[in-house]
Amino acid sequence: MSMPYPTPTGASSGDEATEALAPAERLEAAVALAQRQSRLAPPVSSEATGPPGQPPEAPLILPGQTFASVSESVSGIVYDRKLPRVLYLFAALTFSLTMVLLGAIGWLFAKGVGIWGVGMPVAWGFAITNFVWWIGIGHAGTLISAVLLVTRQPWRNSINRFAEAMTLFAVANAGLFPIIHLGRPWMAYYILPYPNSMGLWPQFRSPLTWDVFAVSTYALVSLLFWYLGVVPDFATMRDRAPTRRQARLYGVFALGWRGSARHWHRYRTAYLLLAGLATPLVVSVHSIVALDFTVAIEPGWHSTIFPPYFVAGAIFSGFAMVLTLLIPVRALVPSVRPFVTQRHIDFMAKTILATGLLVTYGYVSEAFMAWYGGDPAEWFVIKNRAFGPYAPMYWTLIFCNTVVIHTLWFRWSRRTLWFLWIVTVLVNVGMWTERYVIVVTTLHRDFLPSSWGMFSGTFWDWAVFAGTLGLFGTLMFLFVRFVPMLSMSENRGLVAEASGRPVPPQQARLEAAQERAPTASPYTHEETLS
Amino acid sequence: MTTPLSPAQASATSPLHAPPLHAALWGVVAEFDTPEAVLAAADATFLAGYRALDAYSPYPVEGLAEALGVRGNRIPLITLLGGLVGGAAGYFMLWYATVVSYPLNVGGRPHNSWPAFIPITFETTILVAAFAAFLGVLWMNGLPQPYHPVFHAEAFRRASQDRFFLSVEAADPAFDRDATRAFLASLGARSVQEVQP
Repeated sequence: MSMPYPTPTGASSGDEATEALAPAERLEAAVALAQRQSRLAPPVSSEATGPPGQPPEAPLILPGQTFASVSESVSGIVYDRKLPRVLYLFAALTFSLTMVLLGAIGWLFAKGVGIWGVGMPVAWGFAITNFVWWIGIGHAGTLISAVLLVTRQPWRNSINRFAEAMTLFAVANAGLFPIIHLGRPWMAYYILPYPNSMGLWPQFRSPLTWDVFAVSTYALVSLLFWYLGVVPDFATMRDRAPTRRQARLYGVFALGWRGSARHWHRYRTAYLLLAGLATPLVVSVHSIVALDFTVAIEPGWHSTIFPPYFVAGAIFSGFAMVLTLLIPVRALVPSVRPFVTQRHIDFMAKTILATGLLVTYGYVSEAFMAWYGGDPAEWFVIKNRAFGPYAPMYWTLIFCNTVVIHTLWFRWSRRTLWFLWIVTVLVNVGMWTERYVIVVTTLHRDFLPSSWGMFSGTFWDWAVFAGTLGLFGTLMFLFVRFVPMLSMSENRGLVAEASGRPVPPQQARLEAAQERAPTASPYTHEETLS
Repeated sequence: MTTPLSPAQASATSPLHAPPLHAALWGVVAEFDTPEAVLAAADATFLAGYRALDAYSPYPVEGLAEALGVRGNRIPLITLLGGLVGGAAGYFMLWYATVVSYPLNVGGRPHNSWPAFIPITFETTILVAAFAAFLGVLWMNGLPQPYHPVFHAEAFRRASQDRFFLSVEAADPAFDRDATRAFLASLGARSVQEVQP
């Protein structure tokens, strides 16, 4: 990034400084400058800061934290082995469910998709419902990390690592479904453009092919973004490792990071650029998922509101899932509490409320346009959703996604964690139900009454779904157990900020120093710098 | 050690009088307690004419790289090139597949139906740009690099936790073993040590 002000390096990176030794006067001036500057640092204030004239806001990081305590608390979650027993019980449950997933997929591959409830006319069923639900959950991580970084919201720094990990695992689960939903899943690679002996290409004009590109790009970019963020923290893990084996293991992932200022300089640029790239990517992924539906001419799907309404729904469910996981982890792992404060949870609850209102707008607009558009098939789908055989599902989703969230207008609901947790779980349920209703109600009552039918999930449908929940929980547990779950380097930045010692820009520093030491050096500013 | 050198002392030390071990020295590393201290020291060291400098911090300290004379970097350019290559290659693939390799006439619609190609072109643009940014930052930083002399410095493991370091390499033309050590010590360093390569 180019600096908006001239930097002293305009002249050189070493060549012009080739005088054998700095002249004595110059040395003296530099020493005087350094000593003055050390004295310049204003006293440390431990008060919560805020804009002048306003009451101080709740801190983003609880007072009393230092650089050392950040490293100690966060790496301690991994090294001190003090995770509560209940988390291990949770891991045992989710690991068992992962085994269920393997069993269910094994049986599916042996018998075929007939063991599921799908068929004609409802060919999409659980698999696509789960795909859309998981990929929606996978939107919160990158949104928190990228969009909030680009918009400079410092509260992201404590939760981004956790949310990004959640994204990766959710996207992994999502990617599973379109593949196992194929009749012949071993031919899934046919969707990739590769030189093949059949001389064929994928259908590049189909949203399903766009989806492959969107989801795989999203998974890879999220992984790069997450890993780049965690490299400096792996270096801390390496340097704090109690055993040589752990030091080596984390050292490999730390890539030899040594915290060089020159490295940080490029690192921050790259991180910001990745965030900037990920921001439109997040929006594109769920838009393209929505186009899977919209481009079809089925009533109830063929609507231009779908892409923005899917993106809002994705953020809605993603934030709900972050809180569903974070509230228990925060309760069970005490060293997380100074970094994930009530204020973070408050922000996330408000985001859930805002995106929930957008989703509500989507429902209203969908129903209104179906009525106003005058297409009988469209209007029938809406009536069938609300009063047909799937009405209980529909009213569940309306209750969870548009009624329950209004409790979040009240401060009490946002601060009472058990209540908020219940709300987030209901939102997750509501979003799953929403996907289910969208997929099933449109397909089961098509244009032709002769092809109408019903769908309900079988045991194996539920087994696969529960299995992916187990895989998700298992991966989250392994993440909390082995990877620093909060960004240590970014929290150190928050500590530095919270200590109320803003660093003036370099030009200001140099000019101040120059003014203060006009007689100490016979050189002018420019000469000194060359 | 913590008093500044007098001009006479400083001029008395010159490379000609360098100790015989000079060749076996990678540089001198100073340890600081606070980001302000290392920032002030970096300013002073740069103003004193040293250029083969680096500073090490557990989080990105605002202005530290600039104080060392770093100006701009190539990551944005690399990312831009990656994005351009990704977008061009993505669109080329779509165009080649539908116009050259397997043209399929669907009701007389154009083979090169660009509106339908935008989503995939967009995704490949982002994908290659992101890889360019990621690999670019690793490449420009010379990572992965398992070995570096500065890791020999005592307590350097705290550079990733709560301490701040400033190094002056022996390769710097202005470097003088004793004068540089004394100079760094005069900047309020907690410790100053020599590091072998």
